[in-house]
Parts: sequence; C-alpha cells; structure tokens
Amino acid sequence: MSNKLEHSMSLASPDAKGVSTKQKIALSIGFIGLFILILALANTNFPNQGIFLTLSLVLITLGTIIYANDAYLTKPEGIKNDGVWFKSISSRGVIGWLTGVALTTFYIVLYFYPHFLGQGTDGAPNSGLIGLFDPLSKLLSGNPASQWFVYGTLYTVSILAFGYKFILKYRHNRYQQLRTVSVMFFQLGFAFLIPEFMARLNSDTFKLPYYDLKNVWPLNYYNFEQYRIDEFINAGTIGLSLLIFGVVSIFIITPILTYKFGKRWYCSWVCGCGGLAETTGDAFRQLSSKKLSAWKLERWLIHTVLVFVVIMTTAVVSTYLGYDDTKYWFTKTVFLLSVAAILTIVFALVMIFKRNELGKDARYGAIGYFVVLAALFGIHFFNSDTTIFFIKSETLRATYGLFIGSIFSGVIGTGFYPILGNRSWCRFGCPMAAILGFQQRLFSKFRITTNGGQCISCGNCSTYCEMGIDVRSYAQKGENIVRSSCVGCGVCSAVCPRGVLKLENDSLNGRINSNEILLGNDIDLMNYVNNK
Amino acid sequence: MKHVVIIGNGISGVTAARHIRKKSDKKITIISAETKYFFSRTALMYIYMGHMKFEHTQPYEDWFWKKNRIELKNGFVQRVLPDQKEIEFKNGERLSYDTLIIATGSKPNKFGWPGQDLDGVMGMYHKQDLEKIEHYAPNNQVCKRAVIVGGGLIGIELAEMLRSRNIPVTFLVRESSFWNGVLPKGESEMINRHIIDHHIDLRLSSNLKEIIADEHGKAKAVVIQETGEVIDCDMVGLTAGVSPNIDFLKDSGIELGRGVKVNRYLETNIPDVYAIGDCAEQHEAIGNRRPIEAVWYTGRMMGETVAQTICGNKIQYKPGHWFNSAKFLDIEYQTYGWVFAKPKEYEQQFHWKHTDNTKCITMSYHKETNEFLGINTFGIRMRHEVFDRWLTEKRSADYVLSHLKEANFDPEFFSSFEDEIFASYKNQLRVV
Repeated sequence: MSNKLEHSMSLASPDAKGVSTKQKIALSIGFIGLFILILALANTNFPNQGIFLTLSLVLITLGTIIYANDAYLTKPEGIKNDGVWFKSISSRGVIGWLTGVALTTFYIVLYFYPHFLGQGTDGAPNSGLIGLFDPLSKLLSGNPASQWFVYGTLYTVSILAFGYKFILKYRHNRYQQLRTVSVMFFQLGFAFLIPEFMARLNSDTFKLPYYDLKNVWPLNYYNFEQYRIDEFINAGTIGLSLLIFGVVSIFIITPILTYKFGKRWYCSWVCGCGGLAETTGDAFRQLSSKKLSAWKLERWLIHTVLVFVVIMTTAVVSTYLGYDDTKYWFTKTVFLLSVAAILTIVFALVMIFKRNELGKDARYGAIGYFVVLAALFGIHFFNSDTTIFFIKSETLRATYGLFIGSIFSGVIGTGFYPILGNRSWCRFGCPMAAILGFQQRLFSKFRITTNGGQCISCGNCSTYCEMGIDVRSYAQKGENIVRSSCVGCGVCSAVCPRGVLKLENDSLNGRINSNEILLGNDIDLMNYVNNK
Repeated sequence: MKHVVIIGNGISGVTAARHIRKKSDKKITIISAETKYFFSRTALMYIYMGHMKFEHTQPYEDWFWKKNRIELKNGFVQRVLPDQKEIEFKNGERLSYDTLIIATGSKPNKFGWPGQDLDGVMGMYHKQDLEKIEHYAPNNQVCKRAVIVGGGLIGIELAEMLRSRNIPVTFLVRESSFWNGVLPKGESEMINRHIIDHHIDLRLSSNLKEIIADEHGKAKAVVIQETGEVIDCDMVGLTAGVSPNIDFLKDSGIELGRGVKVNRYLETNIPDVYAIGDCAEQHEAIGNRRPIEAVWYTGRMMGETVAQTICGNKIQYKPGHWFNSAKFLDIEYQTYGWVFAKPKEYEQQFHWKHTDNTKCITMSYHKETNEFLGINTFGIRMRHEVFDRWLTEKRSADYVLSHLKEANFDPEFFSSFEDEIFASYKNQLRVV
C-alpha cells in the first residue's frame, strides 16, 4: 500500500473546502482588529485609546460572527466536521503549528515579562497594549489596566465570539447550545464583570480580594494565602461570607452537584478554563491523544498535581497560624489535625464502600493518602514559622505557582491547543478536575449510556473526545462510560452517526455494566456469558 | 495447540478471534489482503470527508494484537484445500489449520453493464475503493460530476462523501422512491426530499444502460436506460448492493449457494470449516431475516457465536430481535423489530411525520391483536434495550405508544414528540 495517499489525506489539503469570499472578508475584518492590538504591542500611541480599543474588539468579534454565519448558516443543520483533518489549523499543519507558537509566546510574555506588554512599573503609567486597555479598565473598576485585565478581556471576548460560532455549529443540538450560553454567561459575569465591580467597592478602609466566585480551590490555589485571608477577615461580614463560601464550595456545594450531575456542571458549564476550551478550542478537540499510554500518564500526572496542591496549601496556611490557642482557637495543630481527619474519613469511606470498583487504583490512592499524611506530620514536627522540611513554604507556593499555575495551565494548557488538543490542562493537570473526577467516578448519577448493541465502531466519538477518552472502546462493548476525566461536553453523543450515546443522570445501580456479548444476540448466550 | 485460521479481518473475523482468545489458548491467525489492522468499514466515508484519518477508524491500538497473541498475516487466499487442512495463498505459500473460519465479507455487485470495469468506475466497500475515489474525485476541479448507480445505504453515503467536497452528484436509483424495498412510503419520500435538499441530482426509476469510455479507457459518461440521456462524468460509483466474496472457494468442495452455505451452528458441509458474516448463507432463513445478512451487527453476533462453538460450548446462531441503523445525510435512522415496506396481510402501520421533514416514525402492529411488531424511527433516537424488552414481552401497540417516553434516547433538552405522536395515533384509530 502506498504512503502517498495517506499523505494526501492528512496534511496536504486536497483543497476540498475552499474559503468563500464572505469568509475571506470576515477573516480580513478579524485580522484588522487583531492588527490594532499588534500595533499597540509595538508601542504605537493611539490618539484616542478608547475608540481604537473598541474598534479592535468589535472587529475581532464581527469577523468571527460573519465567518461563522457563512460557515454554518448556509448549510442544513447537522454535524459539521467536513474537512477537519484537511485544514492546516485543525490537523497540526503549518497554520496550526504557528498558531500554537504565537499563543505560547504570548503566554510566556504575559506571565513573565508583562513590561513587554507595556505594564507600568513603580507607578509609571501603562503604555503599549496594556495602555490601550486603560479606558475600559477605568470604566469598570476605576483602576488602570494590568496585564491580567488585558488577558481577562481578551479571554472573555474570545469565549463570547467563539461561543457564538459553536452555537451555530450545533444549532440542531439544545444541549450544546445551553452549555455554551452557560459558559459565556459565567465568564462574562462571574469571571470578568463582578470582580471588577467588587474592586469599585474598595476604599482605604475596606478592601476585598479580587475574587472570581466560581473559581473553587484547588483551581484557585491561592485562595487561602495570608494576604487574602487577612483581607477577607478585615472586610467584615461580606469578607467573612466570601471566605466561608470559599470553604463551603469545596466541601459541600461541589460534591452535591457532582453527585447529581457529574463533573460536567463545573467543567463544561461553568469553569473558565473549560469555557475557553469548549469555544475557542473547539477546532482542536480532535487532537487529544487516545492512546492507552496517554491515559496512564494522565492518571499519574493529575493526581500528583493534586497531592502537591494539598501539601502546598496546607503548608502555606499553617505558616500563618499560631501555636497559642489562648489567642485563637484555630491553631496550627488543630488545622493539621482537621486536614488529616478529613483525608482519613474520605480514604476510609472509599476503602469500605468502593474498594471493588477501584481495584488496582486503590493502591495508588493509598500511596497518595500516606504521602499527604507524612507531609502533615512533617509540617507539624519539622517546621519553624516559615519552613517545612527546611524548605520555605513560600518556595513551595512559588514553585507551584510557576510550574502548575502558570506554565502548565497557561503556557502549555492554552498555548498548546493546536498541538495537544484543547483540554490538555484539564486532562493532565487540573487538581479541581481530579477531585471532581474522583467524585464522579465513585458516587455520581452521571454516566454516558451506550445504546445496546447499536455501535458500529466508527470512531467518531473517540476522535472528537477532547479528554482523550477512547469512548468507542466502551460503546462497542455495550458498556456505559463512567470515567473520572469525562467533562460531559456531549460531543461524542452529538457526532455519533447511529445515536449510540446519551449523557444522563440516572440511578447509581447498574451504572457500570460491562458485557461480553452485546444486546441483539441470543438471550441464552447473553445470560450465559454476561452473568458468569 | 490447535490453530484457528480466520480469513478476513472485518468485524466478524475479528470478533470471533477476540472471543476465542478470551475463552481459550489456541493459536489464532487472521488473514487479510486489504489492510494490516482491523478497521471499521462503516467509517470509510468519514476518512474521505475529513472527519477522521484512517488510523482513527482502527478500534484497537497496534500493540493489541501482539498482546493478545493474535497473529496478523497479510496475504490473498486463492484456494482452500480441506482434505489437507491447508489454505493456499496467491504467491503459492501454504498454511495449515485445525479450524478454519471464512469471514471474507462482500464485494460490490456488478450486473454486466457495458463499461463496468473501466478506470474511474469503482464500488465503495474496500479500503482500496476509497483510495480510488480519492484518486478520481479529489475535488470538483478534477471531478466535474460523479454518477452513483444504485440507491441503497452505500449509495447515499457515497453521495454524502462527494457532496462534502462540493462535487456535483447524479444519483441513479432503480426504484420509484429511495430504498422503498425496505422503507415504507412516507419515510422513503421524506428521504427523497432530504436528498434533493442536499443538492444531489436524484434520478428515480432510472437504470444504468452503459458507461462510455474516453480514448484512455477511463469512464467519461453514463447512459440512462429509460431515457437514453447521456450524463458526462469523471467518476462512477457502483453501489447496487453487495454479494458474498467467495470466488476463491469454487473448487474447494465447500458447499456454496450465493454465499457459503452454513447450518445454524455456522458450520459448512466440511468439518472444522465455519463461515460467518456477510459471506455466510443460512440454509433456511431465520424468522423474517434473509438467508444472507450483510449487516455489521449480524456479522459481530455470528463472530460471538462461532467462538463459543469452537471453544467447546457448541451453540446455535440465534439472533434476538432484528435491529439495524443507518444515517441518511443528516437524518439518523434506527429500526427495531419488523416494519415492512409493503405491509404483510396481518400488518397495520401507523405513520407520524414531523412538519420539519427530518423526523418521522412508522410503527407496525398486528391488525387483530394490536401486538407491537416493530418500529422505524427517523431523527429521533430510541433505546435499543427498551424495544428489545417490549418485543420480548409482546406488548401492544397502545402500550408502546403510551410509554414511548421511556424509549427516548435523544440528548438532554431536546424537544420530545411522544405526546404529539400518541395524539396522532389515537386520531387515526378514530378514523379507522
């Protein structure tokens, strides 16, 4: 068999899908908007920043909208994956690669060299790109812009514009539309506007930390740092309520919602990282690796990050708690004991009720549990006010912030969209996803139901799973999909040409059902083989 | 260690191999001349359309076969010698077996049309066919028009493929309405409209007379039997059904009809030789099924069954209730039980169609007893398990339609039509 053909079917586009005139116009409009940002980056001083900023963001949005209208509204409703593997951008071709490089360098500059973007230091006014965003920032919070404000604005515009595109792409699918409207709403409201308005309430006597309410620890790994806790506590009832909400959301709200709906309620309906992945990143979902080896790596990596974040947060919190219980009842010892107690309760419950379901993984869970426990002891016995195991807890925090918070979630997580797919952070790194996934796997009503023996093993579901789940391997066995990593985006169900998959919340019984012989064969044979 | 040799690496052969491996330690060899690894034939269309690359259609990673000690052999079998218990390859090489499973599938039908073997004429069944389509119809510059001959499931998939690259398509269908040998009138007509909505030049009641060659021996036009019209084209797809791919068995002594004749244990007339999947032909049709079932699911089920027999748990092939599915462009189709295009004398049909022309159901039930016999559903997903149970429990049509919500399998938040369907059913009863 010649390789020539294989080649022409992947990278060298057979020009199956030209770009229409309207789409070319749309691309031009969008890129003119982008070019204004690039000019600003090159320190062009625009005479009227407000007008140029508005122009830029409007043109980018308009370009995306016109493009999407022409791409989807001119065709009948249905699945729109024609030519995905022929287009350079979506098949790791030249354009895809360059997009990845551009995004990655943008992230590196954003995180580590904000002064290149024009961030004013030591009270100097902003210039360049960040200066361009000053008018909008002053309008919202009253403060000059920062690199995070620029990033947040672009992030939000991107989710809104590409969210619109995604809604059109799936205009035959109510689930996809509602989900997308939901992430657009949470990004615009909770992640972008509300924290800015909260900042307006700040004065010399009253200051709230910048708080995106839907961002739950451990995704929001810095939520319990000393400066934030101090600000919460000093801000009276409001601040304390927010702090309590932060703790309650971890231990009460998220487990209940995950029990009822699976982790999708967060990952593909609320979360900002998920929001960007599902809208802007939709063109790259097919690039996630479905190999077994990738799954093995994923499990180690994501749980290692989780253990890391638990130890790091515990260490950071314990450094500012005192030993003296006469001053305040919540001492370092009480805190460490309660962390140990919570972990022990979780570990014990899992071992008692779910040992069989976990099988081999129980061993890894146990390893993780004892590592954390050992660390807690370490924190208690080998520390001064600022060090654990003679490492400064500050170092621990900074390391986590650098490698996980910035490099993993931002630079790799988003920068590598066109290379690794749109959810590599969610899949390999996000500790929040790990906790919710653990809950989803062990006690959730959510599953993806497989429709009896109807699977034809075509592979559309696996190909378009952004989390790299080999959905087909379950579907062709007639088995429901109950996986920690599933974010419930519902695309596998949408692209299935035979209607084999359905996301649903149902009873816990019979959620996991592996069959040797599928429905449709001889009843006696099914009973004989499946009930052994 | 007994050696099981399987000819053909499609769904039947591979399912048999997997189940034999699960139950035994026998040596297993799968032979194919088409591809090295098992892939999903039903997904070939998506490769051309750019939804997937070829490797995505392979359900198992490449290491799977070694890990499960299933040997893969690339070769074309030209003869089976049951007396020596050997098979012979095209290159003269021989391989001996203890148990032989023939799972060679189908080949596209050719009815002796003049020009049917020209360049630029192909079926849409093998991976090699896909390569030919890619060669002759890479885009609408090279292929100004394609003609598809034969209106079945493969024909409409080929039409969808070519349309995904904006290639003009003329679709010759022998029947007076698309697939109306299988689909009741209302459904068939709905699909006709859907095909035309996708800018496909649908020609009903049209047979192919001949394919005309250019000076290089490549197809350049087709002639329609009924009208004599000549249609210029650069590619002709022959999709007028398939038949068992068994030419290599002619002198083997294995009993052949249209396919390899097998009994209910999937045994041929020769001991230790079995046939499964598209190429197997039952002596007596099972229930309402055809003696040859060229269907993905039945191939898989025969594979599951024959593995039991070969591993010492001898059982008959007893498929449960009939089911099948397909997708016509943007409309998904599922069927459970039996709904006949021309109702049998005992059969009453209830048809409901949504005004948007993309959803309809046809339910078949017994005139006298009201027993539910089967359902076709278009554009509404239904639960296999629920219908399988209702058919087993012999529920009445009234029961099925009043409980239709239980069977709904559409994604969350989709509009549901059960109430409307039920009201329409009650209305029809009143009229009757």
